[in-house]
Amino acid sequence: MSESGVSTKPEDGMVIVCWSGEIDKVWPQMILGTTGAAYGMDVTLFCTFWGLFTLKRPEVGITGDNWMTKMLGAFNNERLSHLNFGGAGPKMMRSIADRHKVAPPEELLATAMELGVRLAPCQMTMDLMGLKREDLIDGIEEPLGAAAAVSRMQNAKINLFI
Amino acid sequence: MSDVAKTLDASGLACPMPVVRTRQAIDQIESGQILEVISTDRGSLQDIPAWAESTGNVLVAKEDGGDRFTFRIQKG
Repeated sequence: MSESGVSTKPEDGMVIVCWSGEIDKVWPQMILGTTGAAYGMDVTLFCTFWGLFTLKRPEVGITGDNWMTKMLGAFNNERLSHLNFGGAGPKMMRSIADRHKVAPPEELLATAMELGVRLAPCQMTMDLMGLKREDLIDGIEEPLGAAAAVSRMQNAKINLFI
Repeated sequence: MSDVAKTLDASGLACPMPVVRTRQAIDQIESGQILEVISTDRGSLQDIPAWAESTGNVLVAKEDGGDRFTFRIQKG
């Protein structure tokens, strides 16, 4: 154990490939990531495809350099994987969660960072969406490729794709 | 009964925060000392004992008060 209480033993690693940006999937990404950290595991959230949106600064739009990446920006609204109801679903889900005292994803993300969870953006997704390092929030790791992510997965006891 | 070194009131918090806050609280006490955790999340009844067992800490007491749950964990 290091001083922060985070294990440095590879067999105590946990990797969550955060592929989805839908709020009902971001929630379990953050819940399991923070819980892994509470177990003293070395947790990496590898944020790829729609999961990268979680690490994007809120004020940054997906502008890209052509009409296709510009179009991605149009889909950059909060949504649910089921019962989305054109965007009303996420608002309902947030309100229900709040009533049940469930921490919103933003608070869980902040807690994850506080606990030393490693947030690793996918370099290839950043290139696809025209996002630069400065378009992403502070306190995260340098962008990784698939090989670096697989290296961590190879050493992790728990690997999840959400 | 050993004295409680620290009490964490996790009332009103839902999964996974009682366990997360328990972790943060136990980091602040010494090995052998007792942390008391109060939770209103029913899931804690399973979560806190499971967490304690897997992290080398010892659950020395668990009290189900119906809507309020109290745990005493000795730091390993």
